[in-house]
Amino acid sequence: METFLQQILNGLVLGSMYALVALGYTMVYGVLNLINFAHGDVLMIGAMIGLTILKLLETHAPGLSGGLQLAIAILGAIPVAVLVNILIERIAYRRLRNAPRLAPLITAIGVSILLQTFAMMIWGRSPLPFPQLLSPEPVNIGGALISHTQILLLALAAASMVALVLLVERTRMGRAMRAVAENPRVAGLMGVDSNRVIVATFAIGAALAAVAGVMWGANYASITFTMGVLPGMKAFCAAVLGGIGNIYGAMIGGILLGIIEALGAGYIGDLTGGFLGSHYQDIFAFIVLILVLTLRPSGIMGERVADRA
Amino acid sequence: MALLTFDLQHKPRQARISMAAVLALMLVFPFVASQFGNSWVRIIDIALLYIMLALGLNIVVGFAGLLDLGYIAFFAVGAYLVGLFASPQFAALLESLIYYSPTLGEWLVALFGPEIQQKGIHLSVWAVVPLAALVAGLAGALLGAPTLKLRGDYLAIVTLGFGEIIRIFMNNLNDPINFTNGPQGINMIDPIRVFGVSLAGEQGSGGMVDIGGYAMPSVNAYYFLFLFLCIATIFITSRLQHSRLGRAWVAIREDEIAAKAMGINTRNVKLLAFAMGASFGGVAGAMFGAFQGFVSPESFSLTESIAVLAMVVLGGIGHIPGVVLGGMLLAALPEVLRHVVEPAQQALFGTVIIEAEVLRQLLYGLALVLIMLVNPAGLWPSPNREERPNAALAHDEQEGAKA
Repeated sequence: METFLQQILNGLVLGSMYALVALGYTMVYGVLNLINFAHGDVLMIGAMIGLTILKLLETHAPGLSGGLQLAIAILGAIPVAVLVNILIERIAYRRLRNAPRLAPLITAIGVSILLQTFAMMIWGRSPLPFPQLLSPEPVNIGGALISHTQILLLALAAASMVALVLLVERTRMGRAMRAVAENPRVAGLMGVDSNRVIVATFAIGAALAAVAGVMWGANYASITFTMGVLPGMKAFCAAVLGGIGNIYGAMIGGILLGIIEALGAGYIGDLTGGFLGSHYQDIFAFIVLILVLTLRPSGIMGERVADRA
Repeated sequence: MALLTFDLQHKPRQARISMAAVLALMLVFPFVASQFGNSWVRIIDIALLYIMLALGLNIVVGFAGLLDLGYIAFFAVGAYLVGLFASPQFAALLESLIYYSPTLGEWLVALFGPEIQQKGIHLSVWAVVPLAALVAGLAGALLGAPTLKLRGDYLAIVTLGFGEIIRIFMNNLNDPINFTNGPQGINMIDPIRVFGVSLAGEQGSGGMVDIGGYAMPSVNAYYFLFLFLCIATIFITSRLQHSRLGRAWVAIREDEIAAKAMGINTRNVKLLAFAMGASFGGVAGAMFGAFQGFVSPESFSLTESIAVLAMVVLGGIGHIPGVVLGGMLLAALPEVLRHVVEPAQQALFGTVIIEAEVLRQLLYGLALVLIMLVNPAGLWPSPNREERPNAALAHDEQEGAKA
């Protein structure tokens, strides 16, 4: 029972990071019908910038409390990630908006590989240690342990999601986003500047990914230039599981996928009689993706996704 | 490219002359290149394998218009099959199996006999090749199946996922039963034999292959084999392109609903594209495994999948001579850069600022982005406009922003 609770907690932590990244995928998909393959790498850029800021703080402003340092790192990583994602949209996607589907998909994967290469040139090839800033003493919740970093992560994820929901449901920009997602042409006729909406969508997605990236580093204590690939792919699976294009779906899908992965990794050894171990954790997202696509391609919250074009 | 044309339908004479010229050049190449060292021939050997891969991927991406981002996985399937069935690895597998489940293990040992228990299975590579084509093709079709009714984007993400997953399996399927030997990979894979002649050279020959009284370096022998296979692949894919099936693929690429309305069984035709593309990857992988003599998971990273895609895109999606050109450029160029750019930087700045490996990745990424933005038809597009993918004509196309 205690392991079960522990796995659920681990799953929540993992899942809230997936959810943050999945939101970026799903929002871009909602307005543009495009998979932004570079989104996982935006998370990586966020983590790298966060680490750079932490190192600068260490030399120029020693003695700051750990929480404050982390906050500064996140606040510094967000604008850079936002800028990167807006540039990606401007350079790689905007000109291909009316092109057949294959074209932006190919540039997306190209941008992803370019971002990784640039990161490798700037930050090097080997994994970088990410400093542990919060108290390493874990908190005991009913027998399960959770670190302070993870508690902060859950709180940040929850706050970001609430802010996002308020933004999408209550503001003028949010209404414009929903209108463009529904039908860009009609939204344009109603006076919505779809380019501004699209840029805002990329910016918001990048900000969420930056938060996830820095917290990913803080949680796992090590980052590399390829760290964005797997979380990016899994977050996409989460977005599909929740129903792509739907922000509530992305949140539910992310958390659900995190829990599935954690439980799967915890129990796969017992289930297969020791044949497969917990290093197969990464296959669960893929299995979920295949199952969802076969059984219910629209996901939990989604509507139709069949090819109509 | 006005000098060379490979358009057999419209300019058969010129096409034949160009083909003969290229063939003559390719036949002479190793004799000239080996004067400068075997490593140059080796580079081209690998480039030829990549061209085979690019031609296989071109079936999926170029003809059928479906983006496959995990293509290298099928290459891995072929390479690991050779590893399992043409090296001592099977003995290690049996040994771990006996340890894990004695009953099953003993039964298998009784079935295979003591020889295999000692030395593993040593099938001829040529017996593994059809198996590799079959298994890879099956894997391709299985992967494509869940995305058949969905938009093409989903295939991209499923294949991307598969490409990552298969690495997890290659890395971890060594315990408790040792299929892949984990991160170390499988060693001592038998060399390819053609009519009983080992292309790696017989023992004691110093790596020279004796064919009909004429001795040549092992890399040259492999060169001719891969050249032959490349030509065979070009022949098969170009015949496919102009077959009923090829035209059905193009119809699906351009407009799936219209294709369906014309009576094309889109499900089967798409599945065939996945399967056929994948089986070329499997065959190339089997060749790669036997050529290298070892396989390990790191040869099959995401970058390699992207590399093959970049070759197809750079050369010209759907145009076979273009794909060959793209494959040649992107497979050979990084190696040339390694020999030219790194020493040049060393001379100019005193250190190597950008490593060749980094440059290679930059090249792949830039090729994908720039080609799509500047000239989606690629460096060498098909001379017939109707054969180019509509992506290539998109500049003046007014398609509704979203359906």
